[in-house]
Amino acid sequence: MSHDPNMDSPEHSQERREFLRNTAIAAGAAVAAPGLLISIASATGEGGVTSDTRWGMLIDTDKCADGCTACVTACDKENGIDLVEQPQGNSDEMWEMQRPQWIRKLKLRDKQTGDITNLPMMCQHCEFPPCEDVCPTGASFKRADGIVMVDRHICIGCRYCMMACPYKARSFIHQNVAEQVVNAPRGKGCVESCNLCAHRIDEGQTTTACQDACAAEGHNAILFGDLKDRGSAISKALKSRSSQQVRADLELNTGVRYTNV
Amino acid sequence: MVAVVLIGLAAAFYMEHSGHHVTGMTNHIVWGLPHVFAIFMIVAASGALNVASIGSVFGGPLYKPLGRFSALLAIGLLAGGLFVLLLDLGRPDRLIVAVTTYNFKSIFAWNIFLYTGFFAIVGVYLWTMIDRSVHQHYKVLGFAAFFWRLALTTGTGSIFGFLVAREAYDAAILAPMFIIMSFAYGLAFFIVTLMAAYWWAERSIGDLRMTKLKNLLGVFVGGVLYFVTVYHLTNLYVTQHHGVESFFLASGGIYTVMFWFGQILIGGILPLFLIYSPAFDRSRMAVLVASLLVLVGGFFQIYVIVIGGQAFPMSLFPGKEVLETTMLDGAIAPYTPTFAEAALGVAGIMVAMIMVAVASRMLKVLPDTLEDPADKS
Amino acid sequence: MSLLTRFRGAALLLAVALAAAAWGVGAAQLAEGSKALEAKSCIRPADDMRRNHMEYIHHDRDLVVHKGIRDVDGSLAGCVDCHAGREADGSAIPVNAEGQFCSGCHEYTGTSITCFQCHRKVPEEK
Repeated sequence: MSHDPNMDSPEHSQERREFLRNTAIAAGAAVAAPGLLISIASATGEGGVTSDTRWGMLIDTDKCADGCTACVTACDKENGIDLVEQPQGNSDEMWEMQRPQWIRKLKLRDKQTGDITNLPMMCQHCEFPPCEDVCPTGASFKRADGIVMVDRHICIGCRYCMMACPYKARSFIHQNVAEQVVNAPRGKGCVESCNLCAHRIDEGQTTTACQDACAAEGHNAILFGDLKDRGSAISKALKSRSSQQVRADLELNTGVRYTNV
Repeated sequence: MVAVVLIGLAAAFYMEHSGHHVTGMTNHIVWGLPHVFAIFMIVAASGALNVASIGSVFGGPLYKPLGRFSALLAIGLLAGGLFVLLLDLGRPDRLIVAVTTYNFKSIFAWNIFLYTGFFAIVGVYLWTMIDRSVHQHYKVLGFAAFFWRLALTTGTGSIFGFLVAREAYDAAILAPMFIIMSFAYGLAFFIVTLMAAYWWAERSIGDLRMTKLKNLLGVFVGGVLYFVTVYHLTNLYVTQHHGVESFFLASGGIYTVMFWFGQILIGGILPLFLIYSPAFDRSRMAVLVASLLVLVGGFFQIYVIVIGGQAFPMSLFPGKEVLETTMLDGAIAPYTPTFAEAALGVAGIMVAMIMVAVASRMLKVLPDTLEDPADKS
Repeated sequence: MSLLTRFRGAALLLAVALAAAAWGVGAAQLAEGSKALEAKSCIRPADDMRRNHMEYIHHDRDLVVHKGIRDVDGSLAGCVDCHAGREADGSAIPVNAEGQFCSGCHEYTGTSITCFQCHRKVPEEK
């Protein structure tokens, strides 16, 4: 990236910010995407996300309701997955196997006791993500704050990460996509998965779309928060109750944990 | 042959233009038929170099005149394999990214080095075999090429060996198994193309050479069977892996059939019979058929490893059965390849064959005579 | 010698092309109905933007994706927000549609834009 070195000087950057603000105001801020065009208080400092934070999730499977898919619907909407259309001429079965899914509902029955468990399954945001290890270009990566995601700009679509993921958390985009939301760019030929609503966190929000939807249904099965902040609700909950990682045998130290499985 | 390549290119363009939804590949079977072709050829490529290696590294004088053709075939097969692999990427237009941004932890990224290095080393090796003025470096390059090809196949095998999440792949034995597989497939390719080339040029190959190649193939095919046995026996010992074993060996439907009939019978037992049975002692046809069967069986073997290994479900919650899912959890993933995928794969083989045919016309890689030396001792 | 002459010719041609790219496309190319029409200036002077916008976008995309710094000025969403034209009825026109702000210039200079294979092409109405 060989651009004007002056660009990075503080004065220049300040000037730019003001310039930007004026332009935005002049243009009418009402329809501007908040947080993108106008500089607002950001959750991330000048240096960006740091490892002082590790985002994670705790799923209370006892609270996860049978037949409820509010989290899936909310995720689809938040990340523009509902805008991806079934390609013409594709059978419903193929579409079912090729459409992107960031979060899915699972219903399990214990073979011994017959107990039923409901839970959402998504990217587990491993501390040691196998997808990151195998990616040839580094497109699959873990942000300093623990969020595992794909940099679509350098993803070449080899799908090795999908081979490596133990959770089937990743989807390949098998077709052209006509419309996207600003927060989730999406196009043919790249791999993607849950990013814990990174755009929300970066804008200073403290919840994910799935969590909000679950709470709105009155279930409160999903708790999102900072695993490194001892005072956070998720840290307290993890301390007071026993939880488990899915495929703990792989020692990936997942950021998403489950109770009562 | 050129027409097949053009159809393959058209298929690749169609796949890239519409997206992979026109293939049988899904979020469950992420690597499909093109990868079977590609991996098959890449594995065979390093094996095709064996004859040259025996000539220069292990000092086998009977093999030495065959070294050039062996090196050429190796280059051709690797090019064919990569042709398929690259055209199947979701974003082949971004290939440059694979060179500019690098993740050194990825076996895939290492393979980019291994593949380009293979072209370079084997290319120079071929040069030292052809050009008398640089012939003094022949031995050194022979060794370099030999070690590089071992590294390359280890790297290819490790693509699967490091996938800890999938039961069928999580085994260190895959890397050496891929090496012995490469010996067998590569030699089979070599015998088939050599016989075709000499039949085409109406030249003959001496009996002694033929017998040597034949016996060598027998040893390699036996080696593959041995490794396959060890792989499955080891897995059978581990209770956790009983599910995947019974899938491959007994209950896996198409994959079980491919394993027993394709891989074991066609690719193992029948060729061994053709090679070692006294009834076919001097039969050229038997060697040719045995080599072709090894190739067919090898293709099935890679298919079972690549596709079967993905079709078998990963167990997320041991002791629980999955009642509802939208991601085929706990279920065997179906896969039906489409014509486009097959066309791309076959085009890759044709690319390899055309390269070898054209280059062997332009370069002096095939000795005028392969009759046995007069002083057979 | 002849090589040098040929090279000079090519250089001249390139210079003309660059000049055309840099100055030939004027403010008249701003899309009908876009906010950019009313703005005093872009985030940087226009000639700077014409030459270097891709660098700014490229630089800031890494900030956004890898560091989570989203209040960047080289934001593609910002470009789209300001530069998307509008029909008489107020509906937004994709910036990469024929003759629109991005494609108008990119077609003129014969360069492809891959951004909108994945990125949203019209402002997000909230």
